[in-house]
Amino acid sequence: MNVMVSYGVYVPYWRLDRGRIGEALGTFGSGTRAVASHDEDTTTMGVEAARACLAAAPDGVEVGQVLFATSDPAYLDKTNATAIHAALDLDSGASAFDMMGSVNSGSGALVAAASAAVPTLVVLSDIRTGLPGGADESGGGDGAVAFLFAQDGPALLESLGRGVATEEFLDRWRSPGDDHSRLWEERFGEHAYVPLAEQAVADALKSAGLGPDGVDRVIVTGVHPRAARVVSRSLGFPAETLVDDLTGVIGNTGTAHQGIVLADLLDRVEPGKVVLRVTLADGARAAIGRTTDALSEWRARRPSVASVATQIAAGRTDLDYPRFLTWRGQLHREPPRRPDPTPPVAPASLRKETWKFAFHASRCDECGTRHLPPARVCVSCGAVDRMSQERLAETPATVATYTVDRLAFSLSPPVVAAVVDFDGGGRFRCEMTDVDPDTVAIGNRVEMTFRRISTVGGIHNYFWKARPAREGES
Amino acid sequence: MASKGIRDRVAIVGMGCTPFGEHWDKGADDLLVDSATAAFDSAGVAKDDVDAYWLGTMGSGISGLTLSRPLKLDYKPVTRLENMCATGSEAFRNACYAVASGAVDTAMAIGVEKLKDSGFSGLVVSRPPDDGSAAELSAPALFSLLAPAYSKKYGVDKDELKNVLTRIAWKNHKNGAVNPRAQFRREVPMETIACSPIMAGQLGIFDCSGVSDGSAAAVIVRAEDAHRYTDKPIYVKGLSFVAGPAAGAIDPDYDYTTFTEVVRAAEDAYQQAGVDDPRAQLAMAEVHDCFTPTELVLYEDLGFAERGTAWKEALAGTFDLDGELPVNPDGGLKAFGHPIGASGLRMLFECWLQLRGEAPPERTIKSIAAGKKLALTHNLGGSPGECVSFVSVVGSEPSA
Repeated sequence: MNVMVSYGVYVPYWRLDRGRIGEALGTFGSGTRAVASHDEDTTTMGVEAARACLAAAPDGVEVGQVLFATSDPAYLDKTNATAIHAALDLDSGASAFDMMGSVNSGSGALVAAASAAVPTLVVLSDIRTGLPGGADESGGGDGAVAFLFAQDGPALLESLGRGVATEEFLDRWRSPGDDHSRLWEERFGEHAYVPLAEQAVADALKSAGLGPDGVDRVIVTGVHPRAARVVSRSLGFPAETLVDDLTGVIGNTGTAHQGIVLADLLDRVEPGKVVLRVTLADGARAAIGRTTDALSEWRARRPSVASVATQIAAGRTDLDYPRFLTWRGQLHREPPRRPDPTPPVAPASLRKETWKFAFHASRCDECGTRHLPPARVCVSCGAVDRMSQERLAETPATVATYTVDRLAFSLSPPVVAAVVDFDGGGRFRCEMTDVDPDTVAIGNRVEMTFRRISTVGGIHNYFWKARPAREGES
Repeated sequence: MASKGIRDRVAIVGMGCTPFGEHWDKGADDLLVDSATAAFDSAGVAKDDVDAYWLGTMGSGISGLTLSRPLKLDYKPVTRLENMCATGSEAFRNACYAVASGAVDTAMAIGVEKLKDSGFSGLVVSRPPDDGSAAELSAPALFSLLAPAYSKKYGVDKDELKNVLTRIAWKNHKNGAVNPRAQFRREVPMETIACSPIMAGQLGIFDCSGVSDGSAAAVIVRAEDAHRYTDKPIYVKGLSFVAGPAAGAIDPDYDYTTFTEVVRAAEDAYQQAGVDDPRAQLAMAEVHDCFTPTELVLYEDLGFAERGTAWKEALAGTFDLDGELPVNPDGGLKAFGHPIGASGLRMLFECWLQLRGEAPPERTIKSIAAGKKLALTHNLGGSPGECVSFVSVVGSEPSA
């Protein structure tokens, strides 16, 4: 069996204050939800979570497969996990698979990873919304989490037992192509889920050889908020064992949610604690694990800015509701009188794959000059085909000059662009994202982030942008 | 190894230039017929007297047919070329070389652009299919990158720099206001320029050149033949064109306060023309003021002002119509408009008028009467860090 040896979370920069929806539509709501920006999708958020996960992974773990689960895939027919695989610069000998459609796919990916024969990177990512004014819109959230499973450990959470109660019933569903889910009457879901959860938890406790009082922390997540609340109470665990499910601040991030809440707990829990996780999605799953001493060593490897709490605290809450609707494609606004962005073409994207996805520069073997994009002829010494590839995705950079383009096409104008100089050499002109235009200045520190530049003709143009370096990383 | 040049070996003996602007009633064909006919008439030649043609257009047609079809040329060689915003100047340069080589006696350089049929705001440039990794920024955004870099390097406060940029636009509009061929023929108050809607960075709409349609043409012959056509030929003193290695876009040593390509082209053209003090020797200059920060940086790159001082010179009026070295007396790209393929030849047209004393009195520069006989034209295409640049020096007298 594989054990979980690292994890990483990505909570997007933007929050929608639910009060903004209320102001526009007269609904009631409090708190915030996390919002994927206009240049993010489940694939790009998955990349960001996976980068954080791999950055803290134990030495020597070579990812053998990527399992990507989402209810909101960027592509059908074409695998999305391959873009994540490429952006992480993984070996082509590692597989990449999607597990898509339902939130329950996320549990499937975790189960498959635990029982896999090769080190497995599980990426759970979701963008959850619904029709304007509805509960899914305000209650949903966007985010991603990644877990690395490997044979040799050390495990951050050792598995003690599991219980499953699978059931076929029509609580939540969405037809292919629809932009929102449909739900049966809320009380029906509660009726269906509560006994399933009780059954799964009983089985898990039994297989772990524990009584209810042997559990230190309880996480309940699921696609049915009311059922999750009722289950939390009906299981009978003391209130202090119940872990905050974060829906008040980031919303329910669907496929990613059980993982994000677990990650938040692992960020701060002591070793030796027994954690029960209950997930409600087309049945119920319960898993019991115990945190290990390896957590402290792992935390020492991981930059503090990557913690769930830090990312939540760094969120920007001034997103207005029309902009949110525009980003989600629910408000069609007048475009600028400019041509549409040009979609990338497939042959050039394949030829330049290590540049476009893995962000490889080339470095001259003769004089050391770095080139972005990779070049064959050195701009400094003129050497031809004397280049080595070098990944710069994790290399910080500094703004050399910048502009705010109010003419260029964007779903979220204005476009902020900067010329950035990488530590150790190399310059590139790129878009900036997750940035307040008024704060950009020469000398600002930035880091690279994988984004969806545009979507034209059904083709997603994935590439890297710069964003302000998060505190503590410059 | 510097280029040897063709100083005083060829001369312009006739020119034509259409008004620039929104020619809703004219296509590229019409504009070409208009400027070619005017140039033929100016030189006193017929189309069959011209042995070969060089047509510059960025996107208003492909192949020599773009010119031979509307002019109904009699099986003449027509080269269609493109070199971004230096396209018109490239047509001129190549035509000059053909005449200088002796391959032809008479050549025409003609440039045209029909931009206003695109239906879009601003300039639209199609690019070959690619991997989508290059940020698709607008032209004002790319040139606005100069502003914060210049401010930072020379300690010019952002608001002060805005005043400088505003004054450059104001000056060009003032010049354009007295040019009947210019797209914009009104003076614009500085407050209007300064408060115009922001396009990119510090650049408002009035910091950007006019998107327009237009065409311009020149007839070129060997210098020794020039007086058969006109008493006042304009001699080609130096022609330089460089395409940079696009180093600035990838090299952290480039600081976005200069165009290395312009510096190199200017050095080359000055050497060919025997110019060692451009500010003193030139009667005027037509420079590529696609955006106001471009003109600011060009003052320094072309040697009109010391590094870090052009902003003060601009404020002091050094480059005004009645200043020490008038720059863009015809209004420049800013007010005359910028139909890409025509712009380089439009610049030469102003040199043609001014050096021959044919500019209207309200636009006549004083330096000619003061005895200066050289004028400069300059184009650049691309963006800071990765561009092409052209510099020419022309004069009203052959060298002694």
